[in-house]
Amino acid sequence: MSEIAPAQHAAYDSKVEGNVIFTQVDAAINWMRKNSLWPMPMGLACCAIELMGSASSRFDIARFGAEVMRFSPRQADVMIVAGTVTYKMALSVKRIWDQMPGPKWCIAMGACASSGGMYRSYAVLQGIDNLIPVDVYISGCPPRPEAVLEGLMKLQKKIEESESALAHFNAEKPA
Amino acid sequence: MSSSDSQALRSAFGKAIIETNEFRDELTVTVSREQAREILRHCRDELGYDYLLDISSLDNFGEEPRWTMVYELYQLGNADYHHLRIKCHGDEDDHFDSVADLWRTAEWHEREVYDMMGIHFDGLEDHRRILMWEGFPFYPLRKDFPLAGRESEMPDVAFSDRAPLAGGPFVTSPTSASTVHREPRSRDMD
Repeated sequence: MSEIAPAQHAAYDSKVEGNVIFTQVDAAINWMRKNSLWPMPMGLACCAIELMGSASSRFDIARFGAEVMRFSPRQADVMIVAGTVTYKMALSVKRIWDQMPGPKWCIAMGACASSGGMYRSYAVLQGIDNLIPVDVYISGCPPRPEAVLEGLMKLQKKIEESESALAHFNAEKPA
Repeated sequence: MSSSDSQALRSAFGKAIIETNEFRDELTVTVSREQAREILRHCRDELGYDYLLDISSLDNFGEEPRWTMVYELYQLGNADYHHLRIKCHGDEDDHFDSVADLWRTAEWHEREVYDMMGIHFDGLEDHRRILMWEGFPFYPLRKDFPLAGRESEMPDVAFSDRAPLAGGPFVTSPTSASTVHREPRSRDMD
């Protein structure tokens, strides 16, 4: 064991130099969050097919760190409501949303999830934002996978600019 | 083929056969409500219509009798595509006889008719909703139910609300009046 010379300061170790970043904890947390969004695929109609298309190799949602589709709400960060929300399904969607741990986000994919779409009828909830808060609306019937990715990037932008992690957790507490 | 069926039914049931109509080899037989079940059984056992394709119902709102039930029968062994439509009429409070014991598939069809139209079937044990949820207070395919829907609330099960029609619905209806009446921009469904 050789004695470390006083001039060799730990921060200037040649093995780690260049891999050290100085940043704020909040910025680092937001950066990690936005690049590892685990979606809860709430596939209810034809939009779910396009969502599957976005996940498969041609469009590859994994490029944005969101390829881990979780069918358990406990493991999901973002709920992608893809399809027509009927009144019969509405409270189930709400229940799954409530089971997701915070911080969590919601993407309303397509016309039906955003506004009821062409179903102005007795059976269809006129937009999932009547029940749960929506961060990103994606237009289209159904949207192309590029639009899904664009929506995901918009959400990443929003997460990147969000407040401190502490404020997030404080906001989760019921008033 | 079809005309012999119609004669066979007439000779077997006489006055219970109200009307027969043949159009492009499809036979439509209108029968009395009380005898409908027996006639359907006869079609199955004697005439070889062993397969029940569908049961549907019509709401002749504003006319008497209000309901028309339509049974679509088919012969599985017959390569020709012979249909036999049995129609029978009934009034607002009338119950129809269930045919769920003749064809098991009728159970779901009759549950759907009950769910959407509110028609009751005597002998159908399972009067649960099939499309709407248990406790939904309306029958949405009735002509007097608004397309936009109505408010309802079943705690922890489901709720429903009126849809904003915003100038719609763009529904048409058969009339000899002008286009304005036939295809209105909006029509108050209530």
